[in-house]
Amino acid sequence: MKYIEPFRNGAMARKIARRIAAETDPHRDYYLMEFCGGHTHAISRYGIPGLLPGNIHMIHGPGCPVCVLPMGRLENMIQLAQTPGCIVCSYGDMLRVPTAQGDSLLKQKARGVDVRMIYSAADALQIAQQNPQQQVVFLAIGFETTTPPTAVVIKQAQMLGLTNFTVFCNHVLTPSAISHILQSPEIRELGLVRLDGFIGPAHVSTIIGSNPYAYFAEEFQKPVVIAGFEPLDVMQAILMLIRQLNTGRAEVENEFTRAVLPDGNIKAQRLVAEVFELRRSFEWRGLGAVPYSALRIKSDFAAFDAERRFTLPVLSVADHKACECGAILRGVKHPRDCSIFGTACTPDNPLGSCMVSSEGACAAYYRYGRFREHDNDDTARMH
Amino acid sequence: MQQAGRRKPVYTRKLDFRHGRVEMAHGSGGRAMTQLVDQLFIAAFDNDYLRQMNDQACFPVGSGRMVMSTDCHVVTPLFFPGGDIGSLSVHGTVNDIVMSGARPLYLSAGFILEEGLPLADLKRIVESMAAAAQAIPVPVITGDTKVVEQGSGDGVFITTTGIGVVPEGVHISSERAKPGDKILVSGTIGDHGIAILLAREDFAFYGTLESDTAALHNLVAVMVQTAPDIHVLRDPTRGGIAAALNEIAHQSGVGMMLYEHHIPVKEQVSAVCEFLGFDPLYMANEGKLIAICAPQDADRLLDKMRAHPLGQNAAMIGEVIEDSHCFVQMETRFGGRRVVDWLSGDQLPRIC
Repeated sequence: MKYIEPFRNGAMARKIARRIAAETDPHRDYYLMEFCGGHTHAISRYGIPGLLPGNIHMIHGPGCPVCVLPMGRLENMIQLAQTPGCIVCSYGDMLRVPTAQGDSLLKQKARGVDVRMIYSAADALQIAQQNPQQQVVFLAIGFETTTPPTAVVIKQAQMLGLTNFTVFCNHVLTPSAISHILQSPEIRELGLVRLDGFIGPAHVSTIIGSNPYAYFAEEFQKPVVIAGFEPLDVMQAILMLIRQLNTGRAEVENEFTRAVLPDGNIKAQRLVAEVFELRRSFEWRGLGAVPYSALRIKSDFAAFDAERRFTLPVLSVADHKACECGAILRGVKHPRDCSIFGTACTPDNPLGSCMVSSEGACAAYYRYGRFREHDNDDTARMH
Repeated sequence: MQQAGRRKPVYTRKLDFRHGRVEMAHGSGGRAMTQLVDQLFIAAFDNDYLRQMNDQACFPVGSGRMVMSTDCHVVTPLFFPGGDIGSLSVHGTVNDIVMSGARPLYLSAGFILEEGLPLADLKRIVESMAAAAQAIPVPVITGDTKVVEQGSGDGVFITTTGIGVVPEGVHISSERAKPGDKILVSGTIGDHGIAILLAREDFAFYGTLESDTAALHNLVAVMVQTAPDIHVLRDPTRGGIAAALNEIAHQSGVGMMLYEHHIPVKEQVSAVCEFLGFDPLYMANEGKLIAICAPQDADRLLDKMRAHPLGQNAAMIGEVIEDSHCFVQMETRFGGRRVVDWLSGDQLPRIC
């Protein structure tokens, strides 16, 4: 595959790995957070931890679209799905996210509720056109990457004069989440969690550009390197972060220059600004209420807003008691610190949202990285 | 085709294979059903056993070990590039039979038809099934048809059961993988899964990829002749090679180490997987097999497989290792190492 294979080249990976090993200061540790679930997935799938020196610690961030959706919003989705005459549509992973009681949209589907898995926002619009007698609700989730397509379908629905199509908007914003993590007492005041630098999102940055990260680099003195989702991108970004940390720099650097511009995709940004506005506050799973961290549909497009069309209660529902998703999403805990990881909570029967999507920290670790635990056990036993 | 002594029934009207559709009457036990059986199924599968029109087929039993396997086939769309549900239902069961090293002898077929299915489609499916069976050859010697109301089925579901006989001295079984054994695959993986995906309208992808659906009896016969002590054979259908290898690892109580750069994958398959965030390791195959054998047999076996039309792209993709956790691991092309786990639920496209 042209344009992709070169970024998965094993020989080049070994070369970068040697550089990283040579430049890493053996007398210190490096704690690097990959914000994005896409990076979490790449790191696990390609076995990147095995190529890094032991003093580089990768911390998984909250950038997994289904992981950060709070229980209350999920309950709202199930309520919408159960509304007579309603068809709800969403992306695959969303359908599997469990409620505290173990319900999910997929389970509702098995009980006869009309839930459709779609591959793009445009599919939802098409379903609305094909089913004029029914109300079609698109359960929109995701960061800045999936927001412009939602804006497009809302505008198209308006143009087509559809009266049976609405969007339940749960789009969230990356920069606010990063700020929130950096301002959290665990990191800023208590120093419980060390975070030395960030691997910045790939696809999100193609939309928002590299400029929005300048604030973190400056305010929190943390270097940010924006990286593509291919494994060599991640390796190169780690090397760039090590170099910044070794020389005491805290800058925004762009490894993903083949797709990310400083200003991002202006056309997409304009489209989003036309259809959406900031919410004063939005609850994130694990992070709690984060000010100005999510979008809602502007009043000009009120007819397409599911929150206006249907009566949806604002619910604040606690996670499963034993679930550590919240702490894992903040980078405070590792999946293996959770007592139900791999026992009561597995990808086949997830209790927490991080075990659902392959971009979730727990699912990625369970699927791809588990053997490391056992290698360590075996080594420990041998001594 | 009518057997001497059996009187030809008189039907008022011929079956309309151009415009007709399956009706509830075709399954209700009356004349319409007999007509369908007669003019479609018996005409296509024609053999002595079927012509006797008994509720069962009676055949002699030889000596040795027999194997039996059953497989239900549901696929959307019914016709796809490289095959259809008819040929698939023959290949699926024959492959399950031959994965024991057996020679396939007989098949049975059960059809669940949905009211409204065009008779032309049914005819095409049954004829494709008959052609697939004759090519092996393995006769379909008994069968059954039921019709369900519109909305209760997906056009047609086909269940086939097969019987075969295992040659003397062959003992192929999923609990026989041993540390040190080599893992071979007979060709490119994921072709069927991706061909089906492309044939569905939900995805706006277009390609020339065909399903690999094929009967592997000849390939297996050659392999068993070359190395009678093959430890394990498995056709990696649903869940792909990842599921098949995890099952074998657990049944044998061993671990496995795969080498990603040795696993043959067609460029089109990797490209579609890349777009949707799928993994070819989990995509279904219908004409491929995994073989696990002692290291001294591996090269010879691989040469013979590559000389066979259905094994041209055969490759050695890994080895069996000792591991009490029964992990299937993979050295990635990139140089890292990871677990190749069972699939959880369906493979779902990534969100961003």
